[in-house]
Amino acid sequence: MTTDAARLGGVATAVALPAPVVEMIGVRRFFPGPPEVRAIKGIDLTIREGEYLSIVGPSGSGKSTLLHLLGLLDNPSDGVYRLDGVDTSSLRERRRAVLRGERIGFVFQSFHLLDHRTVLENVALSMVYVGVPRRERMARARVALERVGLAHRMEFGPRTLSGGERQRVAIARALVAEPSLLLADEPTGNLDSANAEAILEVFDELHAEGMTLAVITHDDHVSRRAQRQVRIVDGTLQW
Amino acid sequence: MRDLLDEALAGVSARPTRLVLTTLGTVLGIAALVGTVGLGQTAAGQITQRFDLAAATRVVVQPDDKAEGEAATQLPWDAPERIKRLNGVDAAGTFSLLDVGDDRVRSVAGIGGQKDGYALQVMAGSAGLFDAVRAQLRTGRFFDAGHDTRTDRVVVLGKHAAEKLGINRVDSQPAVFIGDQAYTVIGILDGVSGRAELLDGVIMPNGAAKTAYELEAPDALEIRTQVGAAQLIAGQAPVAIDPNNPSALKVDAPPVQGGVRKGVESDLNALFLLLGAVALLVGGLGIANVTLLSVLERVSEIGLRRALGAARRHVAVQFLVESVIVGFLGGLLGTAVGVLLTIGVSWFRDWTPILDTGLAVGSPLLGALIGLLAGTYPAWKASAIQPITALRGT
Ligand SMILES: Nc1ncnc2c1ncn2[C@@H]1O[C@H](COP(=O)(O)OP(=O)(O)OP(=O)(O)O)[C@@H](O)[C@H]1O
Ligand SMILES: [Mg+2]
Repeated sequence: MTTDAARLGGVATAVALPAPVVEMIGVRRFFPGPPEVRAIKGIDLTIREGEYLSIVGPSGSGKSTLLHLLGLLDNPSDGVYRLDGVDTSSLRERRRAVLRGERIGFVFQSFHLLDHRTVLENVALSMVYVGVPRRERMARARVALERVGLAHRMEFGPRTLSGGERQRVAIARALVAEPSLLLADEPTGNLDSANAEAILEVFDELHAEGMTLAVITHDDHVSRRAQRQVRIVDGTLQW
Repeated sequence: MRDLLDEALAGVSARPTRLVLTTLGTVLGIAALVGTVGLGQTAAGQITQRFDLAAATRVVVQPDDKAEGEAATQLPWDAPERIKRLNGVDAAGTFSLLDVGDDRVRSVAGIGGQKDGYALQVMAGSAGLFDAVRAQLRTGRFFDAGHDTRTDRVVVLGKHAAEKLGINRVDSQPAVFIGDQAYTVIGILDGVSGRAELLDGVIMPNGAAKTAYELEAPDALEIRTQVGAAQLIAGQAPVAIDPNNPSALKVDAPPVQGGVRKGVESDLNALFLLLGAVALLVGGLGIANVTLLSVLERVSEIGLRRALGAARRHVAVQFLVESVIVGFLGGLLGTAVGVLLTIGVSWFRDWTPILDTGLAVGSPLLGALIGLLAGTYPAWKASAIQPITALRGT
């Protein structure tokens, strides 16, 4: 923290900025071909604690690739990525998996719920690999589902739920392990406008409670809900 | 660890129909293995039981008919006592078939219907004969050395002879006539394991036979040895009985054990095992195949688990445990089927089912091992899937 403070201290303001959750410096991601695809061509991005950021861009601009990098699902070809001040490029896969489980919550466009498990089990699953004891997992999963308004659906199978409900289950699952960063890739992409609105309201509430969010979308309507927007075009950020 | 097991169990139970189909190969393989080995053991057990108890402990000594002139000999009356001094002899007794001329056998009870009586074989034995041939009584008792030395006129009837004579109880001391001599019936034989003719005959003590029919010497000496001692006793018997002229005695002993029977048995077992192994190989390939299919089907689940903090090894272990569970369940079911098969066939054949507990306990574990082997490649495959590939699409 002291080193961070010293580096940031170059700007001598009285207002202390919140600590950065994400710091990307000169990050690139090239997919070796042939033909080689330069999906991310040098990105500098800082996301601070409590920020609600949207990353908007056209199809093929590298949004998902960026999200995978942010979520430690993928490695940059080049550049530095610090998550909660930890330089991730030198970490081994095992350690990255642990960080992923503890620090990142994912919400995907296609929900990714396990059909054969109950809603409650789906939410509790995100605490299995971070070593939360079973009893506590179930209790916390219940609280998270109440939080997204699905207390009455806990013992249901995901397939009996509407798209909007499923995405709320996915949000509960992303929240329950108390991550430092919630990443969402087109969270409303498969939803009608009413359901999409409900999801965006949950995001607003989470933001109000101090959660750090990064939402990736190609939809300007969704993007405008965020506190700060960045645009990605052809693998580079535009402010 | 517990959580991984739970996740694997949930993964397996999510598709019950598939689980059943996947285990089918292993069930068949293990059932074939347990069934064939079980039946092999059972069948071998029947052979062994009959062979060992009846024949393998029976040694019979007789004067050699072919020995001529001076060499010809007779069995001494004290042959049982002499032979019993040898280590490994459990019982011994003499047997003789009496020449009763025209004497026929009648019972007092049924004089009317059987004026002339029956031409039954009349035999003589020492008291040890019954023990030596494992005789069982239907009723009454055997005669003993006392009857023999007192030359008591008592007889024991074989069960067939008793039926003919219409005698089925001995508590009223029924009598039979051989020629015009009366004998008291003291027992009825129910079964013997050697000398089946005893069941058809009338048997009296040597003492009575010497007096009534001038029996000179016993025809044969029946010896019951301890298990495994038959060959040894057979070798020592002639010298023990007649040290001066052992070569004039003929000894019948069971063939040297092992050789033939063991050969047949191990051939059969090898065939059974081969069949089972082939079935298991097929079962294992089935598990490998279905697990691999399931890995491909569950790519997005794998991606999700990785996103939720699962390391590669968590994914690998989960699929491995799933296929071990499938194999174990298959093994368990197969063992049950195999055991039932063994019991069923044994019941039909009137055999005593023999099942190794090791086989019953080991087979489900063998199933699990097959699951482990079959799951290795799919598990490795699953753990090698990149999370970004797994999460893309759908
Ligand atoms: N594994 C890969 N190998 C090769 N090229 C890839 C790979 N992943 C992505 N790309 C390419 O990188 C570019 C950016 O892809 P990305 O999925 O990040 O786009 P996106 O902005 O999420 O698009 P969309 O809005 O359609 O989801 C695309 O041209 C894509 O074809
Ligand atoms: Mg995308």
